[in-house]
Amino acid sequence: MPSAPDAGGSPQHPDEVPSPTAAPELSQEGVDGHVEAALAAIGGAGDLDELKEARLAHAGDRSPLALANRAIGALPGPEKAAAGKLVGQARGRVNQALARRQQELEAERDERILVEEAMDLTVAPGRRPLGRRHVLTVTAERMADAMVALGWEVAEGPQVEAEWFNFDALNFDKDHPARQMQDTFFVDPAKAGLVLRTHTSPVQARSLLDRGVPLYVAVPGKTFRTDELDATHTPVFHQLEGLAIDEGLTMAHLKGTLDRLAEAMFGPGTVSRLRPAYFPFTEPSAEMDFRCFVCRGEATAPPCRTCGGTGWIEWGGCGMVNHNVLRACGVDPERYQGFAFGMGVERTAMFRHGIADMRELIEGDVRFNAQFGMEI
Amino acid sequence: MRVPVDWLGEYVTLPEGVTGEQIAADLVAVGLEEEGLHTSGVGGPLVVGRVLEMSPEEQRNGKTINWCQVDVGDANGTGEPQGIVCGAHNFTVGDLVAVILPGGTLPTPQGPLTISARKTYGHVSAGMICSVRELGIGEDHDGILVLPRLLPAEVVARLAPGDDLITVLGLDRETVEVNVTPDRGYCFSLRGIAREYSHATGAAYTDPASLAVDAGDGEGYAVRLADESPVEGVPGCDRYLARVVRGIDLTRTTPEWMARRLTEAGMRPLGLAVDVTNYVMLALGQPLHAFDLATLTGPVVVRRARPGERLTTLDDVDRALDPEDLLITDGGERVLALAGVMGGEDGEVTPGVTTDVLIESAHFDARSVGRTSRRHKLSSEAARRFERGVDPGVTAAAAQLAVDLLVEHGGGTADPAVTDVDQRPERSTIDLDLTMATRYVGVNYDLARVREILELIGCELTDGESARLVTVRPPSWRPDLTDAPGLVEEVARIDGYDKIPSVVPRAVGGRGLTHGQRARRAVATALAGQGLQEVLTYPFVGAARFDELGLDDADPHRHAVRLANPLSDEAPLMRTALLQTLPEALRRNVSRGTRDVALFEIDSVTRPEGEVMAPVPGVGEQPDDEVLAQIRSAVPAQPWHVAIMAAGQADRAGWWGRGRPVDVVDVVGWAHAVADALGVEVRRRQGARAPFHPGRCVELTLPDGTRVGWAGELHPKVVQRLGLPLRTSAAELDLDVLVTASDHRTQASPLSTHPLATSDVALEVPRGVRFSAVEESLRAGAGALLESLELFDVYAGDQVAQDRHSLAFRMHFRAPDRTLTTQEVNEARDAAVGRAAQEHGAVQR
Repeated sequence: MPSAPDAGGSPQHPDEVPSPTAAPELSQEGVDGHVEAALAAIGGAGDLDELKEARLAHAGDRSPLALANRAIGALPGPEKAAAGKLVGQARGRVNQALARRQQELEAERDERILVEEAMDLTVAPGRRPLGRRHVLTVTAERMADAMVALGWEVAEGPQVEAEWFNFDALNFDKDHPARQMQDTFFVDPAKAGLVLRTHTSPVQARSLLDRGVPLYVAVPGKTFRTDELDATHTPVFHQLEGLAIDEGLTMAHLKGTLDRLAEAMFGPGTVSRLRPAYFPFTEPSAEMDFRCFVCRGEATAPPCRTCGGTGWIEWGGCGMVNHNVLRACGVDPERYQGFAFGMGVERTAMFRHGIADMRELIEGDVRFNAQFGMEI
Repeated sequence: MRVPVDWLGEYVTLPEGVTGEQIAADLVAVGLEEEGLHTSGVGGPLVVGRVLEMSPEEQRNGKTINWCQVDVGDANGTGEPQGIVCGAHNFTVGDLVAVILPGGTLPTPQGPLTISARKTYGHVSAGMICSVRELGIGEDHDGILVLPRLLPAEVVARLAPGDDLITVLGLDRETVEVNVTPDRGYCFSLRGIAREYSHATGAAYTDPASLAVDAGDGEGYAVRLADESPVEGVPGCDRYLARVVRGIDLTRTTPEWMARRLTEAGMRPLGLAVDVTNYVMLALGQPLHAFDLATLTGPVVVRRARPGERLTTLDDVDRALDPEDLLITDGGERVLALAGVMGGEDGEVTPGVTTDVLIESAHFDARSVGRTSRRHKLSSEAARRFERGVDPGVTAAAAQLAVDLLVEHGGGTADPAVTDVDQRPERSTIDLDLTMATRYVGVNYDLARVREILELIGCELTDGESARLVTVRPPSWRPDLTDAPGLVEEVARIDGYDKIPSVVPRAVGGRGLTHGQRARRAVATALAGQGLQEVLTYPFVGAARFDELGLDDADPHRHAVRLANPLSDEAPLMRTALLQTLPEALRRNVSRGTRDVALFEIDSVTRPEGEVMAPVPGVGEQPDDEVLAQIRSAVPAQPWHVAIMAAGQADRAGWWGRGRPVDVVDVVGWAHAVADALGVEVRRRQGARAPFHPGRCVELTLPDGTRVGWAGELHPKVVQRLGLPLRTSAAELDLDVLVTASDHRTQASPLSTHPLATSDVALEVPRGVRFSAVEESLRAGAGALLESLELFDVYAGDQVAQDRHSLAFRMHFRAPDRTLTTQEVNEARDAAVGRAAQEHGAVQR
């Protein structure tokens, strides 16, 4: 704290006791001498501690100038003013020098502390690393969001599902080979009429029954088939289903919707392709491919590794909803028509991110998650 | 279905030089997906060579090789003899051999091998003299192929050095394999594929079934259709045609061309009678059966099985027959075959014994054959076709073709009489508005084009009341065409799916994600933000897992849905909690070297209640409300859960300092984070419950007492049994409860900006008193001025009695409208302490 002009002080303060040895010299020369000495000490102070000593010695209560100041009171009246001015100016110069030096030394100290406190932060942190979402759930959300952006809603249904919803409602006759080809997990006993849903399509029927028409829903979810796990198969997988029923919907609308979803997942300009196929719950039916986002269908040498040189990548199945499905769900097929599609979330993620082995998606190895951000 | 290209070319005109690849691409356009392309794998130049010189040279390894000069004409570009090293000795100077020149390729089990000139045994060998095995046309590898020993003399006579051998040896033959969808039974034949190829390309098609069929003269072998219990009202057999050929020599070998076609189509030649029936089946799609006429004692009777009947089928399996199985019987008694699926030992033709053969060409009901095939887990080429629908119009032609081939190659005589029991119902017709194609597909089809396509695929059209209305009778080979959309599909398919434009529909407009959907995302993001990793584990568990988790016998979590056909008998149940399947993922990470691992999973679990059966009322009709309600209620409850499991370090060690192991407080904190993420207040109650440590387990509830879930350290025994790291902690919460509780709009309270006053109190309480109970008393006692309080220290030791400990709480006070005075704060604090003293015997220190 810079020393303030002495206000007179109280007798109990030890500094207040005048030192008998320090005879005040109120001459110009005497005062200048004190000032010179003070300035030299201040200027010579190398750190804040030394400056503190200099302050005590030259601006403290028992410093020569303080004593000189005190001595003014004893002077005869006419001399008081001149002496006061002399000492006051002298003390002003000293205090100013003190303040300046204080500032300089503080700045130096602050600078030095910053240097001393420096840490090498090039080493990885990671006291508490961020966790991650799973790439499949984030992919499914991205697909669902693309559909929501088109004005669709997202519906869900149970994984353990009634056989009727999984098959019959979707026009899978109990004797039709297509029903046998689904590699279904059945719930014991068989007469329970329950299965692990083989596709997300039973939610088509549930949505039609629960929500009625017109209807535009996307259905992400977990599905099951009795495949052994290997690099390209998993008994537990995920699909995204789409169902649109309205007046006047055509296959052209199906293709338009697939093109939009393909763009959302694989980048602008990605188009879809339809190939004739068969599914019990659609007629006409189609397989859908999307344009290879790597080669874009241009011939390359060697052939594109992503699509095998065909220029197209299989994505899923689709078609116009079979009249029997609409009837099973109480919708008049003479008035309403529409389309449905379904594709694998695993497949979508594998192509988007170049994942070669299905097992990495299901093992739960956190190193796999760590490759991805929270938004992919 | 494998389609040998040259066979296909017999029924449809193939463009000059067409490749199997192009044919496959054309078939894709009409819905026959490519499954594979089978070729010889030999790529030229493979040419005729004449051995000009051969000098045997003994090698240090004891082997003798021949250094040969071979005339390959101009095939090597120079006309000079080709120097080739050959290890074989079964040829001599002057022989014609097969030479593959540098640049040619040979098939090997490791993939194609490209031949190049290479230095070997001190010479540069510029090519290879091939064996039949190297060319993939035989097994012999004892020596090289000397052409006159394989090829007919007249062919060899035309060969000169340098001539291409690829075609001569049939190495350019290709077989296209396509996937046939289950609605297209007729494409399990060359006839069907050829017709589809014609539709795809416009190539001229010749129906192989249009052959001269003997009208029949006199009474044929007696056949009786006696199905007394048709499946779903459809007779098991509506057409049975029998032909007899006598005096055949079945020991004669199958002609080479037929054997080759069968092989290329994926069937093994097995003898003339079987080969002919298989050949006809592949050609026309009609499965046939040949019986040894001499073994038959009575009429052929087609009937359902009787209780207790058995049959040993040709695959040597003795089968108990089901009354729904359709049988071919001898005189109604002796069982000869499972109709359309497989024959039995009785009645079988035996080469060298059988001379007279009865050929069965019949049309069996798809559903009946399918059920029998599945019931007996007996798949056959015949069943596969009948199950998908065989053309009932091809029956007679197929029998005729088989008779012709047997007579030609087996030397017999066909009986003039033909038995044809034909009870086919009339094919039903479809009323079609021709404009439907445009309305359904979104392509502007001309009405004439629609007619043209339907007639092209074999439909008969009858004009209706207006130009756009027609009555359509689909062709006999298309049982799948039963309604108008089916016909529309044909129009779109033949005209080309590539013509369909892309139009984004204007949806009616949705309401975005539901609260539950958004909430689950928020929970996942919050946990990942806390450092947890999301995993997706398989939901299959075994009862042993319940034991490992220490669930007692009455624990409702033991009541699980059981699968009838699980992938593993060890895990036939659907998990009733996510914690049942997280241990594998945790262990896998640890075993792979990731020791610090905190996992979470969000999914539904299956919690069955009663044993309710779901009716399965069938296709095409809406069940009534009662049935629908039964179906829905039989589906077990599947609430959404979130589970957490963590082990290792919560705070990692590093250059910054020491780490801190994850503990139960972290997990309870994460469980709270889930609730906080949804803005739901949860309460903690000390609990004791498997699979948790009885003293380190907390139950989380809503303020109204509704259970949300549990968090705690896993019981040490559970940890041991599951092989988890020590002190593994876990939590499982019912997300549906939290989602419901959070589905309201939180109302904000105004914030006070007046100064905060803080006061610490240390309370000695008996050890049995829960922290949360003391906290609640303090809260209640302190009143409205208390803003928050936290327990910041727990002390037990010399300064307090042995059965007590001291809890240090910091209480924060603030008023909404003023700065609190010291006196107000002290009064509130004292009231709080007083309440704790009164309720728990707390003593302020």
